[in-house]
Amino acid sequence: MIALRALVTFAGLVVLWQALVMLTGMPHYLLPAPSRVAETLWARADILWEHARITVLEIALGLLLGVLSGAFCALVLMASRLARRWLLPVLIASQAIPTFAIAPLLVLWFGYGLLSKVVMSIIVIFFSVASAFYDGMRRTEPGWLDLARTMSASPWRTLWLVRVPAALPSLATGIRVAAVFAPIGAIIGEWVGASRGLGYLMLQSNARMQIDMLFAALLVLAVFGVALYATVDGLLRRLISWAPDAVPDDD
Amino acid sequence: MVVRAGAQHSPDIVIRSARLSYGGDVLFDQLDARFAGGRCACLLGPSGVGKSSLLRLIAGLAPPGAGGEVTGSDGAPIAGRVAWMGQTEPLMPWLSARGNVAIGARLRGERPYADAARRADEMLALVGLSGRERDRPAALSGGMRQRVALARTLFEARPVVLMDEPFSALDAITRLVLQEEAARLLARRTVVLVTHDPLEALRIGHVVHVMAGRPATLGPPLVPPGDPPRALDDPRVLALQGELLRHLTQAREAA
Repeated sequence: MIALRALVTFAGLVVLWQALVMLTGMPHYLLPAPSRVAETLWARADILWEHARITVLEIALGLLLGVLSGAFCALVLMASRLARRWLLPVLIASQAIPTFAIAPLLVLWFGYGLLSKVVMSIIVIFFSVASAFYDGMRRTEPGWLDLARTMSASPWRTLWLVRVPAALPSLATGIRVAAVFAPIGAIIGEWVGASRGLGYLMLQSNARMQIDMLFAALLVLAVFGVALYATVDGLLRRLISWAPDAVPDDD
Repeated sequence: MVVRAGAQHSPDIVIRSARLSYGGDVLFDQLDARFAGGRCACLLGPSGVGKSSLLRLIAGLAPPGAGGEVTGSDGAPIAGRVAWMGQTEPLMPWLSARGNVAIGARLRGERPYADAARRADEMLALVGLSGRERDRPAALSGGMRQRVALARTLFEARPVVLMDEPFSALDAITRLVLQEEAARLLARRTVVLVTHDPLEALRIGHVVHVMAGRPATLGPPLVPPGDPPRALDDPRVLALQGELLRHLTQAREAA
């Protein structure tokens, strides 16, 4: 039902766009009509697929490694007072640096290939995962922690058996945000320096005034982004089925 | 079926010159108290007087202050011999009923877990929840969840049981049933139960104390006649309820 409504809205916008181009007679190298984008999408599917494959791989690797490293960092922060005192301020300060600014540096360090884009994605999503998970563990129901203490639990087992499961819904929120931002990291990386990928293709098309190709690449990216979010969201819901998930009644 | 700690000797709880302050307020100072072993003591008193804090102190969750101590009548500390039944939502929502009952075994790293799981199922049977072992808390009613918490308390097999308003969120009838079950299943352990319900205290307490004042003191013991759980329609219980309510009103005005 939600998908249907989204589709209707989308179709409406496409019609509006087509009408706008037809009425104003805008040149296709500024704003191509949707019909022209669709033609390009169909005719150049092989090239788009070639580049999309790379970007998808970058995003998937970036998301996986970003979530793992973010979760690990949150665990270290939770387990060690030393890390909280020395690492946490640095971590927060590091978020003040715009990711765009260090993208050229990453290309310099990690090359034009896959690695620099994966690292870029990791940097973009790392913090949202780490902070969501860490917050969740800190907000563990105090009653459960009291209970664990009276049961003579070690701090390590309390962390692993009480705090971590209690924080899983928060971690899931962090991962959902990460799924949205991971593509941004990969695309920024490709803009700065790449020889393949959708971001690279968009940049090239823009330079050659092939705006229809740019839109086609954008569309592929958007479809993949939505599919990624839906998959991650569905997976998390299934894995953490015990968490209350109440949608407002009027929805 | 044998509930293990029942056979074990349940010590008195002895509190000596305990002091506890919370956010600058001194909740109690130089507090001495003794709760008899193998008996159920109920604590009543106005909100915020420090009943829950006293319970936390006994459990070793809060320090007894300089010079204060909480020991058993055998001289050894009470902390570590306590099963805790807290005030807030007691169960972990990601665990099944069985997992919740046996969580202590996992937290202590007891192996093999299969033994613990079997014992957890026995405890669930004792509280009348056979067949619900695999259900998550969300699938259970409020009363059933408290039964699971009770089974978890039994699973711990500790000689001392501390309960903080365990039945306050339940409807009246479920509460009455659970009070009786708790009194039956926890018999012979040293129980301290904090409650807001005078009738509950009079039905299941061997002795009832009213806590009042700031710093708080423990009022003289009120000993209802007969053995708990006492019948609801026992006229002596009802008469004492009136007296207790008068005490509580005074305690509230004093605060």
